[in-house]
Amino acid sequence: MKVSVIEGILSANDEIAMQNKQVLDAHGICAINIMAAPGGGKTSLILRTIDALRHLLRIAVIEGDVASTVDADQVATKAIPVVQINTGGACHLEAPMLRRALEQLPLEGLDLLLIENVGNLICPVEFKLGEDLNVMIASVPEGDDKPYKYPSIFVAVDAVVINKIDLLPYVHFDIAAFRKLVLGMNPGVKIFEVSCETGLGIESWAEWIVQQRERKQK
Amino acid sequence: MHELSITQSVLNIVIDHAQRACARRVIAINLVIGELTGFVDDSIQFYFDMLSPGTIAAGATLHIRRILARLRCRACGEEFMLKGSNWLCPKCLTSGGEILAGREFLIESIEVE
Ligand SMILES: [Zn+2]
Repeated sequence: MKVSVIEGILSANDEIAMQNKQVLDAHGICAINIMAAPGGGKTSLILRTIDALRHLLRIAVIEGDVASTVDADQVATKAIPVVQINTGGACHLEAPMLRRALEQLPLEGLDLLLIENVGNLICPVEFKLGEDLNVMIASVPEGDDKPYKYPSIFVAVDAVVINKIDLLPYVHFDIAAFRKLVLGMNPGVKIFEVSCETGLGIESWAEWIVQQRERKQK
Repeated sequence: MHELSITQSVLNIVIDHAQRACARRVIAINLVIGELTGFVDDSIQFYFDMLSPGTIAAGATLHIRRILARLRCRACGEEFMLKGSNWLCPKCLTSGGEILAGREFLIESIEVE
């Protein structure tokens, strides 16, 4: 006997993601899911973003990591609420993990939630968490062919942050070609060029977050 | 690694539907996966073999129907298939395009007895 199913494989996750989104909405919190390959600069971007925005917004961070707490420890030095999620080997965060993390945060007193996903470009994009915005970091040393290799993430994100632009003189990365390809795949995407090392470009990235958060308030 | 949790989701959904159909066992599972999802058939099979024993779906055959990526050029409207990593419109050579197919990820049906 054949039983028709026609069910998205991730529907159970999507359901919980929707509930997370409702919790975040109820508190007026803008949540940003930050994805990148390992070493792309997720933690550095989060630390820079905290410095740029902490006088304007009340920020918390959720750190996803396969096993360690190194990144969370770094964020904790900024004296803001941080929750570490160890995925126990899984290569991405899932909505139930975010739900448990939200329970540990002072939601009443927050405006912005930065979520560092696990370093990986395939799975994080398939598992919704309940976030408002999806952002990926593509760092210059990784090369400009990432969109060809991982098209799914490039079409799914609201912004692409090109990080480590201070290294442009030393490695081959054709920014113009990269931008053209990414915009061809995802015309609405915002592209930022930054260096978390020097702080270059962080200001316009931070401004965009403030705008997005204000848009959510309305 | 990343197929582990999606395979667990597949198994959960399959068991749920098989029980609702009052089935004794699941013989086959028909999945539809777009090529742009990045999930690998062999890994899904591997994790399925690991996770399914002891469940109603143990021993079921996995049929995975792959959907190739099809794009529409944003400049000239030409529809074309993605060839490897080539995202260039064959007609006007614009890069990128709107994705018409290739991101599917679902269980179409199961066969039970
Ligand atoms: Zn064209």
